[in-house]
Amino acid sequence: MRVLLARCAVALVAGVAAGGYLAAASVGAQSGRVALTAKKFEFSAAEIGVRKGEPVTLVLTSTDFAHGFSVPDFGVRADLIPGKTTEVTFTPDKAGRFVFLCDNFCGDAHDRMTGFLVVTE
Amino acid sequence: MKLAGLGGIVFASSLSGCAGLGGRSEDFHFVQLSDVHLGYNNPKVNPDAAGTLQKAIAATNALDTQPDFVIFTGDLTQTTDDPKLRRARLQQFREIAGGLKVRQVYYFAGEHDASLDRAEAYQEVIGGPLYYTFDHKGIHFIVLDNTSDPAPILGAKQIEWLKADLARQQKDAPIVVFTHRPLFALSPQWDWATRDGQQAVDALLEYTNVTVFYGHIHHEHHHRTGHIEHHAARAVMFPLSPLGTAPQKTQLPWDPAQPYKGLGFRAVQAGNGAPRITEYPIRAG
Repeated sequence: MRVLLARCAVALVAGVAAGGYLAAASVGAQSGRVALTAKKFEFSAAEIGVRKGEPVTLVLTSTDFAHGFSVPDFGVRADLIPGKTTEVTFTPDKAGRFVFLCDNFCGDAHDRMTGFLVVTE
Repeated sequence: MKLAGLGGIVFASSLSGCAGLGGRSEDFHFVQLSDVHLGYNNPKVNPDAAGTLQKAIAATNALDTQPDFVIFTGDLTQTTDDPKLRRARLQQFREIAGGLKVRQVYYFAGEHDASLDRAEAYQEVIGGPLYYTFDHKGIHFIVLDNTSDPAPILGAKQIEWLKADLARQQKDAPIVVFTHRPLFALSPQWDWATRDGQQAVDALLEYTNVTVFYGHIHHEHHHRTGHIEHHAARAVMFPLSPLGTAPQKTQLPWDPAQPYKGLGFRAVQAGNGAPRITEYPIRAG
């Protein structure tokens, strides 16, 4: 967990410095632009905090494989092609804790490549 | 027909309103083995990973009546990034599977075998097409591939192929579909779905006698979409937590008090009437 938090903190700093994005981390309810990077076999954050009813744009990248990014409960998904930035925008219409995952099979620990979208009122 | 005295549990798939597999076929049975994951290595989940397939094969060989055929429904091997090791595992799998008494054995790939190289090694070692049909004693069998692309899809080309094949069948023809992943959206949150599987289900729904057998989820599960029944098989190598029993998809730990718990294979009696599924456990000896 410490490793994860440290990585998230780095992502937060890097994300804000790079383009003023909110970092993808367990930073409580946020909306706006959220940066998230995929690599075998993890996303750069285990949780993304957003607010119900507020549009959010996920700014998605991959470093090593055409990972998928999917939040099935909101019908959101994208293929993350290395070297390209993919943006998906949606407005969460329900509060709760929802799984996001890589849904393109990427290797031995593919099943562990999951996280949670936490939507608060 | 007596299948075996190995303590199998019969699941009569004659749910209300189900047409079964038709009324003009000849009775026979086949065996489904799934999710062998040869090369898997986690002693906390299966300390006999190197010997479990052999036990499943010995149990199949010990059936009182030998099946007409055996089909392995994907994930023959545990995935690896190493192409040489992938081929070695597939070769080892093939050699062990050669110990089956029954000579008619069908195979198809799971994502662990095929997704990382689009089935190149699988086709080299196991051979044959990735999706295909065969007919046996009046039943039309269709094997679908939803694993040779890293994305869990059938793809437009295969769906068109399926529709063309179905167009040659009578509407009440007995049809059995084999696939690795569920065709319906059992749980996209756990990667238990085929992204374009509904297109296949819609095409199959036009036929009155269709049953689907699949693997991937590593436990027994039965579901209906309209009049079509979908039956997931236990795994040979390790069990996964059923939906609703764990917050995330989890490999269930080995229970020394009940070794091989949750592992197994099944025999399916087909022919006239509804298919009868007999689930068999894998045991120590």
